[in-house]
Amino acid sequence: MMAEQPVYERPVGLTTAYTHYCPGCTHGIAHRLTAEVLEELGILGRTIGVASVGCSVFAYNYIACDFVGAAHGRAPAVATGLKRVLPDRIIFTYQGDGDLASIGLGEVLHAAARGEQITVIFINNAIYGMTGGQMAPTSPAGMVTTSSPLGRDPQQMGYPVRVCELIAQMDGAAYVARRSLHNPAEIRRAKKALRAAFECQIAGRGFALVELLSTCPTNWGMTPVDALQWVEERMIPVFPLGEFKNVS
Amino acid sequence: MARELLKGNEAIAEAAIRAGLDAYFGYPITPQTELLEYLARRMPALGRAFVQAESEVSAINMVYGAACAGKRAMTSSSGPGISLMQEGLSYIAGAELPAVVVDVMRGGPGLGNIAACQSDYFQVTRSAGHGDFRPLTLAPATIQEAIDLTGLAFDMAERYRMLVILLIDGNLGQMMEPAELPPFRQMSSTMPEWAVSGAEGRPHRIITSLYLQPEALEQHNLKLQKKLAVIAEREQRFAGLYLEDADLIVVAFGSAARVAQNAVEAARARGMAVGLFRPITLSPFPVRALERLTPRARAFLVVEMNAGQMVEDVRLAVAGRAPVRFYGRLGGVEMLPDEVVQAIEQAMRDTRVTRNGARMLEEEAQR
Repeated sequence: MMAEQPVYERPVGLTTAYTHYCPGCTHGIAHRLTAEVLEELGILGRTIGVASVGCSVFAYNYIACDFVGAAHGRAPAVATGLKRVLPDRIIFTYQGDGDLASIGLGEVLHAAARGEQITVIFINNAIYGMTGGQMAPTSPAGMVTTSSPLGRDPQQMGYPVRVCELIAQMDGAAYVARRSLHNPAEIRRAKKALRAAFECQIAGRGFALVELLSTCPTNWGMTPVDALQWVEERMIPVFPLGEFKNVS
Repeated sequence: MARELLKGNEAIAEAAIRAGLDAYFGYPITPQTELLEYLARRMPALGRAFVQAESEVSAINMVYGAACAGKRAMTSSSGPGISLMQEGLSYIAGAELPAVVVDVMRGGPGLGNIAACQSDYFQVTRSAGHGDFRPLTLAPATIQEAIDLTGLAFDMAERYRMLVILLIDGNLGQMMEPAELPPFRQMSSTMPEWAVSGAEGRPHRIITSLYLQPEALEQHNLKLQKKLAVIAEREQRFAGLYLEDADLIVVAFGSAARVAQNAVEAARARGMAVGLFRPITLSPFPVRALERLTPRARAFLVVEMNAGQMVEDVRLAVAGRAPVRFYGRLGGVEMLPDEVVQAIEQAMRDTRVTRNGARMLEEEAQR
């Protein structure tokens, strides 16, 4: 008899807690990829995460490293404070689109401009999830939300913010990539990007940001499968995938 | 160490360095900017962290981050910047982090002006942010005391895992006077057991101010209040002058107390039984000492460079047992000792309870 060979285990970087995320939400995938990368790079024990305000506020209950909770949008400033006093530790933030691209745009842009040696994981699901589905700075034109009930009208409500394109032109940014979590092939590329972003910090090359296009079936009012389709059809045309910067 | 001529803002900055400041994060604003500039030179030279943040919002959140690592962290600002920091101050209080904030007050509201003022007493002592808490607030009146209280601020912040605010005004920040700096402290290199540092070899730690269950948040708040009660019991500080036989007690803090002291000395020279009570901790307010003085003192006169803020704390402590009068100048106007002497005379006449003072004034009127 051959011993059982488990091929799919819980990464040591994930706790055993059940997540509070809705069915079909891709936060769970992003958490798992982060945990796997921290484990594979052997840095889990010297990593400190900075959780933000939004659906991922409880990321600290699921990713098994030291964590601090930051005020809405301020995670890059909190991460700066941590990194400046603990330069040999690995510091990352995990932020949603309302947190990073709206209320915290100043903090993330200036952290990038300073070339802070931190890694930012940016979950873009085009909507405010935790508060129940309001328009986000990344909502595509026409998107119906509870605060754009007739659809986002750019004449009145402006245009979606493309974060990677903004960050990539900062001299302090060393690695900037946008990936998606809507199919297995893209999930594998997302993991590679996360790995590259943490390697960038380990090597001390500068600021790193990975944007992950994500789903919110509950607030989008779709089935999980339709939500994955929506990422491909409605989000990727607005937020093209790719590596925007990779300074070696 | 010898006494040397020191500027208030720079003296506080150097005192913080000698008290073991690990990290400073700030943003320019008059009249505190010399603090930032001084630390911009000194901190990198000592291999310690310094960042000029993009805003006061970021500066206080950088302090939050460094404090999470158990490091001695500080920022400094003035009213408009402190307003922006209130979010972060509340999170620091909620997460029970040690941090020191220097507030060099200027005139308000709004952009106001850059003159010395005490208009932010309420802002700092009442809560300094949303939620149910009070920071510890220290109010020096001389540059020497500012140096001494800076060291104390870090010790208290660490001992109680508390936000400590050092509250001065533009006068103290900008003026120079002789003072002596303390020697450099030997800092312990061990991390506190609550700090985050990476979870190698131990369970992972979480620092947060989020308690979704009301019962859990109530327990957390009760713990914070218990800590404040212990601090109120142990840490009330004040200074006094001629309190033993004073019929009228002038109450003032910070640089207003220096003007008030001149006025009290002048009134004493004329034979009036006047004393000076100067709170050093504004929060906790030194209520015990005021309560003890109340049966003896027949009236109080509160002198502030604002429209009357600390006077409310004096009235709470005096609790109606003696009249409490107020004299203030607003908008950054400097008050002169003569004005305060006149306010003392007026308070004596109005309250008609200061025997020798009232008699003396009558005699003066008759001549």
